[in-house]
Amino acid sequence: MSEVEKKSKAPGEPLFSKKNKKLITDPLTDSNPVTIQVLGICSALAITVQVSQGIVMGLSVVFVTIMGNLVISALRNMIPSKIRIIVQLVVVAALVIIVDQVLAAFLPDLSSKLSVFVGLIITNCIIMGRLEAFAMANKPWPSVLDGLGNGLGYAGLLVLVAIFRELFGSGSLMGYPLLGSPIPIDGHPLGTGLYALGYMNNNMFVLPPMALIIVGVIIWVQRSRNKSLQETH
Amino acid sequence: MESTLDIFVKSIFSENMIFAYFLGMCSYLAVSKTVKTAVGLGAAVIFVLTVTVPVNYLLENYILKAGALDWLGPEYAEMDLSFLSFIMFIAVVASIVQLVEMLVEKFAPSLYGALGIFLPLIAVNCSILGGALFMQERQYSTILDATSFAFGSGIGWFIAIVAIAAIREKVRYSHVPAPLKGLGITFIITGLMGMGFMSFMGIKYGKEVKKADKVATAPTSKPTIQITHINKDQK
Repeated sequence: MSEVEKKSKAPGEPLFSKKNKKLITDPLTDSNPVTIQVLGICSALAITVQVSQGIVMGLSVVFVTIMGNLVISALRNMIPSKIRIIVQLVVVAALVIIVDQVLAAFLPDLSSKLSVFVGLIITNCIIMGRLEAFAMANKPWPSVLDGLGNGLGYAGLLVLVAIFRELFGSGSLMGYPLLGSPIPIDGHPLGTGLYALGYMNNNMFVLPPMALIIVGVIIWVQRSRNKSLQETH
Repeated sequence: MESTLDIFVKSIFSENMIFAYFLGMCSYLAVSKTVKTAVGLGAAVIFVLTVTVPVNYLLENYILKAGALDWLGPEYAEMDLSFLSFIMFIAVVASIVQLVEMLVEKFAPSLYGALGIFLPLIAVNCSILGGALFMQERQYSTILDATSFAFGSGIGWFIAIVAIAAIREKVRYSHVPAPLKGLGITFIITGLMGMGFMSFMGIKYGKEVKKADKVATAPTSKPTIQITHINKDQK
């Protein structure tokens, strides 16, 4: 892989030039694929009930965006424009099959929880969007960086939403109970920690609609900090 | 097993593609600015789902599933091609969309005028591939069940996108805080609509209704009849 990168690098341009760094950092904030470009929400929200699911899903998407951008960018001059969508779909589907098989082999529990949503990475708009908008028109190395940036932007948002949902919905993070245990034991009829004071989990956060509202609020916060992102109507 | 009608109603309301699984959100958000375009895309989704899911069902049951190749001969009975399902499903969806586009253009030009621009969009709409993958995961017993699931999901998606488009047309005249305008408020409204749709989860379907009746009538009926009930359940 490193050979391909070296060849594609423009002569004289450092590997991490300012322009290339921007490719990674931009999607993390001001052109975030989910909140600004509105791509990839399809499979994003259903699997954010737990942080660990969000991380695994995010990493899978990072892998697929990087590899998909690399392959399509390397093939971009050979793909006839009329059938490019099918070619892109086949490349992405092959990558997703790899991800799915690896998850099923090494993380069988998470794999069964993610169920169809791993397969739905194929139709995740981020991947097709970046392939169409960036990889078809750029050299492999910038495409890899673009894939990394957008994948991380997506993963970051997933984890952020998942933190809210897991903390308020089940009182834990990554499966570790942070707020004590809601199960009553001797001397503590309401449970331990915060629960002993009468705190209760908000089950609303575990249900699907809350994911949408959390993303809506994240968009709200982001756009009130950066007025140039606001829409006119 | 659930009846075909149960599956149909369930996939429209309590397992709605948008509000319960967030499938097809990208086009849902992008094409819901006016009711007219929303109706066009919604109709196209119903159509494509109802065509692709039965085709994928046949593919799954006669080629991909473990032991599905039995009809070719006993030596193929051990084959399990299910790892190929993603690539096969997406290829089927993309080629059927392409085929439908050509057929509609040739034989129904007026329909093409209405649906035409939306059809290419649909190949990458998550709800279509999602429909195929849910069909695979839930293992519907007949092709009729799979088709009714697909048709119901399409109708559920249609209802969702037309409803949000109608709301967005009105919200344009309201005083929404500037940072929430456009995307933000659409997310929050969708969340609220999702909560509304969750009330449909209380619907009782065929088998559950019978069970509930039994529980309700059991104390009033004689003990001997109760025993026959239990025996029926055991069978």
